[in-house]
Amino acid sequence: MAPPTFQVQDLSVVYETDSGPVPAARRISLSVDRGETLGLVGESGSGKTTLALAAINYLPANGRVKQGASRLNGLDLLRLPKREMPRMWGSRIGLVSQDPRSAMNPTLTIGRQLDEMGCRHLGLGRREARDLALAMLGKMGMSDPPSVVGRYPHQLSGGMLQLCAIAMALLTHPEVVILDEPTTSLDVTTQATVLDVLTELKTELQTAALYITHNLGVIARVADRVAVMYAGEMLETAGVKALFARPLHPYTLNLLRCVPHLGAGARAERPKDGKASGITRAAAAEADASGIPSARLASIPGSLPPWDDLPRGCIFAPRCPLVMDFCRVSRPPLVEVEPLRWSTCLRWQVLLSDEGRAQAVSVETRAGVPPLVEDTRSRGPLADGGLQPSQEAVSVPVLEVKDATKAFGPARSRAHVKAVDGASLSVPQARTFGLVGESGSGKTTLARVIAGLELPSSGRIFLAGESLKPSVGARGPHMLRRLQMVFQSPDGSFNPRMTVGRALMRPLMIMNRLDRKNARERALELLEAVRVPASHFDRYPSELSGGEKQRVAIARAFAGDPDVVLCDEPISSLDVSVQSSVINLLADLQEEAGTAYLFISHDLAVVEHLSHRVGVMYLGKLMEIGEVAKVLAPPYHPYTEALLSAVPVPDPTAASKPVRLHVSVSSSLGIPSGCRFHPRCPRYLGDICRLQAPPWRLSDGRVIPALAPTSAAGPDRPAEAAHSISCHIPLEELVRLQGAG
Amino acid sequence: MRGFIARRLAFVVLTALLSSMVVFAATNVLPGDVATMILGREASEQAKDELRSQLGLDKPLVVQYGHWLGNMAKGDWGDSLSTGQDVRSVALQRLRNSAMLALVAFLMYVPLGIFLGVVAAWRRDSPLDQVISTGSLAFIGLPEFVTGVLLIALFSRALGWLPASSAIDPGSGFFTAFPSLILPALTVSLTSLAYVVRMTRASTADVLQTDYVRTARLKGLSTPSILFRHVLRNSLLPTVTVVAAGVGWLMGGLIVTESVFNYPGLGRLVLFAIQRRDLPLIQATTILIVVIFVLANLVADIVYALLNPRIRYR
Amino acid sequence: MALAATSVFILFLFAALFGPLVAPYDHTAQDAAQRLQGPSPAHLMGTDNFGRDVFSRVLVGTQGVFYLGGAGTFLAAVLGTALGLIAGYAGRLWDEAIMRVLDVLLAFPALLLAMVLLSTVGPSDINLILVITILYIPMFARIARSMVLDLRTREFVEAARLRGESRRYILFGEMLPNAVAPLLVEASIRFAYSIFLVASLGFLGLGVAPPSPDWGRQVNDARTFFDVAPWMLLFPAAAISALVISTSLMADGLRRVFDPSVEGRRR
Ligand code: SF4
Ligand code: SF4
Repeated sequence: MAPPTFQVQDLSVVYETDSGPVPAARRISLSVDRGETLGLVGESGSGKTTLALAAINYLPANGRVKQGASRLNGLDLLRLPKREMPRMWGSRIGLVSQDPRSAMNPTLTIGRQLDEMGCRHLGLGRREARDLALAMLGKMGMSDPPSVVGRYPHQLSGGMLQLCAIAMALLTHPEVVILDEPTTSLDVTTQATVLDVLTELKTELQTAALYITHNLGVIARVADRVAVMYAGEMLETAGVKALFARPLHPYTLNLLRCVPHLGAGARAERPKDGKASGITRAAAAEADASGIPSARLASIPGSLPPWDDLPRGCIFAPRCPLVMDFCRVSRPPLVEVEPLRWSTCLRWQVLLSDEGRAQAVSVETRAGVPPLVEDTRSRGPLADGGLQPSQEAVSVPVLEVKDATKAFGPARSRAHVKAVDGASLSVPQARTFGLVGESGSGKTTLARVIAGLELPSSGRIFLAGESLKPSVGARGPHMLRRLQMVFQSPDGSFNPRMTVGRALMRPLMIMNRLDRKNARERALELLEAVRVPASHFDRYPSELSGGEKQRVAIARAFAGDPDVVLCDEPISSLDVSVQSSVINLLADLQEEAGTAYLFISHDLAVVEHLSHRVGVMYLGKLMEIGEVAKVLAPPYHPYTEALLSAVPVPDPTAASKPVRLHVSVSSSLGIPSGCRFHPRCPRYLGDICRLQAPPWRLSDGRVIPALAPTSAAGPDRPAEAAHSISCHIPLEELVRLQGAG
Repeated sequence: MRGFIARRLAFVVLTALLSSMVVFAATNVLPGDVATMILGREASEQAKDELRSQLGLDKPLVVQYGHWLGNMAKGDWGDSLSTGQDVRSVALQRLRNSAMLALVAFLMYVPLGIFLGVVAAWRRDSPLDQVISTGSLAFIGLPEFVTGVLLIALFSRALGWLPASSAIDPGSGFFTAFPSLILPALTVSLTSLAYVVRMTRASTADVLQTDYVRTARLKGLSTPSILFRHVLRNSLLPTVTVVAAGVGWLMGGLIVTESVFNYPGLGRLVLFAIQRRDLPLIQATTILIVVIFVLANLVADIVYALLNPRIRYR
Repeated sequence: MALAATSVFILFLFAALFGPLVAPYDHTAQDAAQRLQGPSPAHLMGTDNFGRDVFSRVLVGTQGVFYLGGAGTFLAAVLGTALGLIAGYAGRLWDEAIMRVLDVLLAFPALLLAMVLLSTVGPSDINLILVITILYIPMFARIARSMVLDLRTREFVEAARLRGESRRYILFGEMLPNAVAPLLVEASIRFAYSIFLVASLGFLGLGVAPPSPDWGRQVNDARTFFDVAPWMLLFPAAAISALVISTSLMADGLRRVFDPSVEGRRR
């Protein structure tokens, strides 16, 4: 049998840093064959990128290959002298990196950057190289390659740029291509198209591909085989179907159980009948007791072992629910436990049974954690220890937004953009409103307008029926206390020069008027409630992990016992295994404190998991709004439909759904006339979509013309109806189309 | 792009106007009465008053300013109080001389500075880089009057190769003046050289860290392609601005250097004017220098925009 | 490198603090018999044309440099930072007004502006300090302003607004502590430049009036005697260079410590 196209054997990489050597990848072996895609999965710090770059003999100056070989069709790249490498890179080895915006030279046109490949490696003249580049772009399904090659990177959209980067990497038909998170920086709809193109091209060229990502959904879609990395080591490798169906390492299993699956339904505690009966603590407790698996996401406690103190035994032992004493004796090697399946776990057999798997999944419970709200002084309906919010409480929304519009740039100029245009929504107590949208949809702007951080151009916001002043500075402390926010970036959320304790005490002193001593006490309680050790009280934010920081940020938001917490992508910068624990925490706190959330995310599955109602935004406008189960079932708004079919599902057996949006060429953000979605809409009807703003179609059959303010349509306004869609296509027609498609 | 230039131009005009106000204000609170200065202490009060009204000195400051600005704009820069010469012709002649000196200095330090900066960044953390980086810091720390004096000591006193004084005839041509230009040009160059080296090194080192340079490397391009097409194209962009900002340094340096070498340039004229409290001369020379500096920055901004597609095609 | 520079700097600082106490001679004492003597154990750096001890003059001169440059830089740092914070946080109008005026100051080469201003107000210690202050305010203001603009959109500042903190607290409690490092680096760079500037002014005869032993003036005075008594020129010149160089090397070291990203060592 011929050796595989690309083979890494026993490779170890060390970085020399000021604080000593960091063994970033240890004794890794893998192989990829022609036409095959190996998915390399791992969270941050797993060493997956280091491994890939070391394997193609490209390391930063302080990186060093300690041992091992990396063979491309038998030729050991690591034995080649440095000056030989440029002849390999680009011609026999291709690389596509994560962010096309920074990976493309901003001062050269796309064409010139593509030409370089042909000129350098294929010995072509400028003109021939250009022809080749154009042909390649055409092959990728671009409608107008000549206009693309003439542009500079900043003039192209991220998706289009990434397509160009892929074309560049594959132009010379390399034997192996390294794809380093190539779609992570893209929107889901764009990602889906890029993945399709990539898969097609790769199959056609029979390239061996090493696909690096943290996203299990993407892996399920693109990979033939998967290798799972953790803390610089490889824990498991298997064929993609086998791995997803039956992981044989506890880490892989937990990783799969950490992410909510789209379509799995929302939190099990929540009654599914769609009627407003509210959440009860009793119900939550019951759900926990019955151990319904989808009730809570798995999460992996603890964090990566520090580089200078790696465990002697199994690298995963400190976080493994199955750990036994013998796991800690010596490092278990990667062995072929079943035909074509390798795992380092000594107890892999446990994972073969249902009970074993249940045992191996770590689900944190709320048991033993003191509740966040310790007394019953809080809001009315919950005050009597009564667990059922009264009907009245549900019908008066705690947060209501009416026709919020936010425009940037001077009016009538070209730069004038309505980032949010006439958004209305309402959130009852103890409920979550999920706001989904891709980048540029205005969802964050809307949250900032609600928070008062950004002044609305028009529209009003009500907190428990009281009108809120537009600017945060004008809202008094009692209002501020009731409306808080959790931000996207855990790093940015804390002043680097202020201890965690102070960050928590400050709001208590300002908003709750506690004195120092009481603030300190309460801050410690808050830390405990979000499961951050009290020892972190005097630490600086840089000493906390991302997940811990986000927990503290949540504690800070809850410090004033708020009615509403705005969560702006609170988990998107966290690793998968940490995400789930933050999601669980948010759900728990909601049940304990009866808080309402506006939960913003680009991740439909997470939104589905957490929300009661959902709004889908596109370019500043709400396109669809309604109860979660209704929004995620036909009839869909055509944009929601595209979104849903674009979301990669972590299940390799799932059929790829057909609806694809084309990738827009230009980076400029003009707002289309008529229906904003019309230039990309797969169900585009014609002039009516281009010229007229679509009406709201309610599930009870009403049609509300577009021009009527959404809030002025009486009790059945879209913001509160069970389900409404803004489209020219009637609902029955949508059902018919989507049922068929 | 056009909007960009228009905005920069408006900024230049605004800055020039405001700085003319600063100069006018500063020179008008100068101690000493102009009338006394011209007519001498013995002159009668009446004669002084007459002269004041003749010169418009009895009018409100704002009116005086408007009047003065109008004259400046018309090209009537007044007569020197100390020498009686026409300020404009003297200032422009000295400007020409300073320009010759600056040109020679420019040709010395700009190319060399860029070269050394790029080399240092390319061979970053190597001994060569250490020498260039630390050396450049050391040169920034040497005042022109020290380097100037030392250069004179070495090249004219000890070796006798070049003239110690550059007190050329103010009207002499470039080639007759050339030998006298070398030492002063070298003197002003040293500090500016160090500045260009450091800035070029910093921007080049930044670019070398970017993802797109990594992309270029992993495309297997040859070193010259990477360096010239991918690195320098981007890293020399900020250098354009740096060189323009360095014009300010250069002119400060010229004031000192010209006086060390007795070179009849604009810098020494400013010093002379200030020592003599020669108002019209101070005003004219100062504004001339400011305008040149601001224009240099304007040119740099435009060049920057022209070279940068992100501004060119917005 | 930075360590060596720091020790040199500290040496100068000691000279400034205790120079007059340890100076072997009165720096103004003239001794006609000892004119233009070369370096010797009695006169480490020789004597000048009035028979004054060069070493004592250099030593005492340190004081003036630290006093003038230090006070000027300090005032500029305080005022400039305040202006920058206001410009960055008080809204567009203030921002435009403050920054345009400061831009005008930046449109003058520093030495030129110093000369014009100094000739207007007359050379005295206080005036020189004020001129340095005016000259360097724009740099500090720019840095403080850009820090504010950068920090203003950071989430922790927004969190502070969301809990109802006052503007003053946000500026001084949340933002300023994060701006201290770059401001400190700038201050040390500016201090180095101010030594340069004071010396240049002294050399041009626009500095502080004699007989205060100004290094720049000493160099200027010594030029005439360079052939017979080079030490008169070399020692003050070396003192200026050594102090400026050590200060800027120190600033460079500070910058590396505060902003490791400049060194770009990943991981
Ligand atoms: S070897 Fe032991 S500690 Fe490691 S993963 Fe398996 S059961 Fe867990
Ligand atoms: S209105 Fe037209 S363009 Fe808009 S979503 Fe409906 S069908 Fe598509």
